[in-house]
Amino acid sequence: MTTETLKTKASVLENLVAVRAMIRRHKRNDVIFAAIGLIALMLGLLTLLTLFIDLVMDGYPRFNLEFFSNFPSRRAANAGLLSAWVGSLLVMAVTFLTAVPMGVAAGLYLEEYAPKNWFSDLIEINVSNLAGVPSIIYGLLALGLFVYGLGLGESILTAGLTLGLLTLPVVIVSTREAIRGIPVAIREAAYAVGATKWQVVKDHVVKYSQGGILTGVIIGMSRAIGETAPIITIGALTFIAFLPPAPITEVAPFINFEWLSSGFTVLPIQMFNWLSRPDHAFHTNAAATGAIIILLTLLMNGTAIYLRYQIRKNIKW
Amino acid sequence: MINATPALKAESRDLNFFYSNGNQALKSVNMPLYENKITALIGPSGCGKSTFLRCFNRMHDLYPGNKYEGKIVMHPDNTNILEAGVDPIEVRMRISMVFQKPNPFPKSIFENVAYGLRVRGEKNKRTVADKVEEALKGAALWNEVKDRQQDLAFNLSGGQQQRLCIARALATDPEIMLFDEPTSALDPIATANIEELMSELKSKLTILVVTHNMQQAARVSDYTAYMYLGEMMEYGDTDTIFTRPTRKETEDYITGKFG
Repeated sequence: MTTETLKTKASVLENLVAVRAMIRRHKRNDVIFAAIGLIALMLGLLTLLTLFIDLVMDGYPRFNLEFFSNFPSRRAANAGLLSAWVGSLLVMAVTFLTAVPMGVAAGLYLEEYAPKNWFSDLIEINVSNLAGVPSIIYGLLALGLFVYGLGLGESILTAGLTLGLLTLPVVIVSTREAIRGIPVAIREAAYAVGATKWQVVKDHVVKYSQGGILTGVIIGMSRAIGETAPIITIGALTFIAFLPPAPITEVAPFINFEWLSSGFTVLPIQMFNWLSRPDHAFHTNAAATGAIIILLTLLMNGTAIYLRYQIRKNIKW
Repeated sequence: MINATPALKAESRDLNFFYSNGNQALKSVNMPLYENKITALIGPSGCGKSTFLRCFNRMHDLYPGNKYEGKIVMHPDNTNILEAGVDPIEVRMRISMVFQKPNPFPKSIFENVAYGLRVRGEKNKRTVADKVEEALKGAALWNEVKDRQQDLAFNLSGGQQQRLCIARALATDPEIMLFDEPTSALDPIATANIEELMSELKSKLTILVVTHNMQQAARVSDYTAYMYLGEMMEYGDTDTIFTRPTRKETEDYITGKFG
């Protein structure tokens, strides 16, 4: 071993020119790979950017306040997004309130409490698969279960629950990932002072995985906000010239749940509706809506990254 | 030199331990733990000394499939802490632990030390603050952190973090404190501080320490146990073990012939 090392050492000295040529040759591969990677990245990014710019340019005439405060109309120039963005907002609220508590609880249970056996393995595989099920299948399920089975009708509640189901696996998976990132040493430290499992979960596991969980939640929600297929399946209306009853009222008890059973439309459906009109003026509206949806998604993902950074800042491991 | 035999705080009796993969890591280990003394566990890597230490606070219960046989009896109440009816949480409330690498929580210095009290449901702010101060003083950290108790624990140096972990283990008045190679991640000065601290702590409690460092065992401990392949090869007062070991294997290990 020693003699061999010595020989190599000597040979480097003797063949200095050749060795330098070899290093240069090897380094060329670095440059080539970096170039390929950059091109691949740019192809993806530029496609998205082109699409976005195209939408903005087409939809430009509609970027004004009236577009957000008008109901849909037979005249394209007067048609607005009011019912659609209010609908999206309310549906997302229901989605958030169902998917987050259920997803986090399920993730915590699977990771911290569930016994490790073939059954929990089976559940794990299924949860991962659920995240990949096409969204229209969720729509069919919701049509049978929520609309007809439970009689919830073609309502905001149905849509919110449907998108909640769609988001659930994403939240579960990201919760588990975030929990797994907590070092064993931290858990053991908590157990060693006499904490129960629930105390460890509530004081440590949930606190330190907040960033990861939140990221998963927002990414799941930003996927849900653009979903069209399952919402069409459960029968969202495409032309709505009214708002659902306000959730907050002026008289006691100040809170009102009627909006949950109201008919609704959402941004992607409004866009779909305008796009399917023969009149080209409506296509301008569709383009503007598309740009807004993309912007919204970017904004949500940006928030996710920012929040994760803020929360992770104080945690070093 | 130890004159009279001190009081017994705990003892392991025919302790066998099996990991979930069926490996027997401890073979019929018998060892006393004397009150207000430091007992050191030495031996080569994989000899079972950490496994043995972690039996004392039932740390192995956190992972499914691990199995104990035999007893660890605590005195004066004669409780076998390995018995199925004894809750590991109760054991951990009596026996605290300091780990190999400093593992403070990503919380403030104050909250790190207070956590044991919070777990026990202590709500009185005054009591908590007093206990935290007492523990930080006990861990020789008070002077360095008294003006910045709300700072994040990660901002402390490695040695300070380890003393913080000792304060955390101390705040709940444990009867026994377990140290699992507490200085292996620290520099020599921080190591000396921790060793000095251990010698001070033994007036209040009983210490069991695992160490890779033979000099450390010789410096701080009153009793030393040499383990090899899951067995207790030799146990005695530290002076005897290091100067006149009865077994050839012990002598080979402490003189550095293997290990």
